Amino acid sequence: MKALDGLRATMRRDRVFDVVNHGRRPVRPGELDTRHGPILYLEEVTVSFDGFKALNDLTLYIDDGELRCIIGPNGAGKTTMMDVITGKTRPDTGTVYFGQTLDLTRMSEHEIAGAGIGRKFQKPTVFPEHSVFENLELAMQADKRVWPTLVARLSGEQGDRIDEVMHTIMLTEHGPTRAAQLSHGQKQWLEIGMLLMQNPRLLLVDEPVAGMTHQEIERTAELLNGLAGKHSVVVVEHDMEFVRSIARTVTVLHEGHVLAEGDMDEVQNHPRVIEVYLGE
Amino acid sequence: MQPRRLIVEWLAQDRGGHLLLLFVLAAAVLVPICNLAVPADSPLHVSTYTVTLLGKYLCFALLAIALDLVWGYCGILSLGHGAFFALGGYAMGMYLMRQIGDRGVYGNADLPDFMVFLDWKELPWYWYGFDEFWFAALMVMVVPGLLAFVFGWLAFRSRVTGVYLSIITQALTYALMLAFFRNEMGFGGNNGLTDFKDILGYNLQSDATRIGLFLASAIALVLGYLLARYVVRSKLGRVVIAIRDAEARARFVGYKVEHYKLWVFVLSAVLAGIAGALYVPQVGIINPSEFSPLNSIELVVWVAIGGRGTLYGAVVGALLVNYAKTYFTGALPEVWLFALGALFVVVTLFLPKGLAGVVTLWRQRRGRRREAPA
Ligand SMILES: Nc1ncnc2c1ncn2[C@@H]1O[C@H](COP(=O)(O)OP(=O)(O)OP(=O)(O)O)[C@@H](O)[C@H]1O
Ligand SMILES: [Mg+2]
Repeated sequence: MKALDGLRATMRRDRVFDVVNHGRRPVRPGELDTRHGPILYLEEVTVSFDGFKALNDLTLYIDDGELRCIIGPNGAGKTTMMDVITGKTRPDTGTVYFGQTLDLTRMSEHEIAGAGIGRKFQKPTVFPEHSVFENLELAMQADKRVWPTLVARLSGEQGDRIDEVMHTIMLTEHGPTRAAQLSHGQKQWLEIGMLLMQNPRLLLVDEPVAGMTHQEIERTAELLNGLAGKHSVVVVEHDMEFVRSIARTVTVLHEGHVLAEGDMDEVQNHPRVIEVYLGE
Repeated sequence: MQPRRLIVEWLAQDRGGHLLLLFVLAAAVLVPICNLAVPADSPLHVSTYTVTLLGKYLCFALLAIALDLVWGYCGILSLGHGAFFALGGYAMGMYLMRQIGDRGVYGNADLPDFMVFLDWKELPWYWYGFDEFWFAALMVMVVPGLLAFVFGWLAFRSRVTGVYLSIITQALTYALMLAFFRNEMGFGGNNGLTDFKDILGYNLQSDATRIGLFLASAIALVLGYLLARYVVRSKLGRVVIAIRDAEARARFVGYKVEHYKLWVFVLSAVLAGIAGALYVPQVGIINPSEFSPLNSIELVVWVAIGGRGTLYGAVVGALLVNYAKTYFTGALPEVWLFALGALFVVVTLFLPKGLAGVVTLWRQRRGRRREAPA
């Protein structure tokens, strides 16, 4: 299998470049390689549920360090796309690569998480019985096997990192609060904080501002804007105003397929997009 | 306010454990004195019958801790935990059978009575080694642990959860019961293993041995409690609770959920096995009815009543329900099952966190009242 994978990697069209270019260090298998720009490649991905195609020949690239917004009507396949990237759903056909070397369709959820993809669910899911601090502690990048976890002790450095993230997500005062007692918006932030603790290269954020107050939405926009550059961020959102406030590139998904891509104005004036959104 | 309330909750949990350990240790000191040193006609005298009864309760309490680890903390409702208890019991029973030697009815030093009766000529291979206490003691842990490992590996890997998992655990214990009923299995069929004479050379009928077994059960309970407490207070414990509350999130955070479930399940089975091994010499018999699905369900009821997710709650539940059972089956035997059923319904409807939940709530209320004037 290893050999086959290696072979496949060298057979890829965009890798020929590497072979020609002798001066560079070859990338070892299992290592994230984003030297060609994109950090995530989805190519011709199709997922069907009982014959219904939730994703239909979807092709999408996300650049390293980019902040990308994905919009689309209900049922467009946005969440399904995230399921495919994080290994929760396996595509029927198509390829999903993280960098140029990691084939996500062959990795399990925890391997994908370990490789550097963090995900915020549509419905905020934090660990309700744990405090904010503990939620972040559990999410922290660490040896996550059973025995090391049994004897794990929090180092001062790790504690500082947790404090830092608590500050970023504006929950510093809530360290000992049980997550179940947080407001809806705070839970969303906590979940983003948990992603940050994993030091991911790519963050997938599904509807981060659903149910937030106006003020909270603004702060979330600031938060996500602050993350781009250091991380690649993919945001799925319905709230147009919010998308406008953070978006550089917007992708419109419709019936499992990319309908349009470009900056906010381009997309909003795209005839097909207007048709789909107004036709509803 | 919130942090302080959290700390109050915390102490309440700890306090329960401290009180409980104190209670068990006090019993471990007082019961032997009242049994051995206080004359039989004194009102303070504790009969040997009572000592054995208390010892049994302690074993059940350890079993309840084992179930609480998987159910209360990891969210796996096992309806077959009695199987691990029974397997530990059988392993100990096999040792006790071998200790009978030629004192059996048939006076056969090489074979237990039931094998002579079945006209077997030699000891089956799986009885080898059970002459030695250390080997039996090892098997008490290895056999339930191994079964839990294989079962859990298959079940968790295929992501069987919830009701389905509960049903298969129930099927597991039922299947084992049917198997152990069969004479060909070589575990004494429906009579099981009994007529034990002594353990480690001490006569099982003597008061001193009974006290010894009672003390061993108390020590096992205390150590089991401390171990479980260590586990649930560790980061691993927090991961396990996280898996219970939001399994998918735990997976995406990068934990291999199956491994954690398996680890806790095996640990729990081992504790259950030890409880069973201490139980058998005290009651003097182990037979397939210990695998009965009803036993496992009763065990769930103890933990539910005491309060799952708090270790001391599980222990209190086991002690109270079993005390009630002893009382009722003596006074009003036909009422017991109904009383147990009613108790379970009342607790699930009105006290979802069991008795321990009531204590926590009460402490919170009091804490808040004290805060209010300040
Ligand atoms: N497990 C599943 N089984 C069957 N159908 C599914 C499943 N998951 C998603 N679908 C269907 O696939 C389509 C795409 O769903 P998806 O959740 O990806 O949409 P979405 O773009 O995230 O929508 P929303 O904006 O409502 O969150 C929907 O029609 C949904 O009903
Ligand atoms: Mg969605």
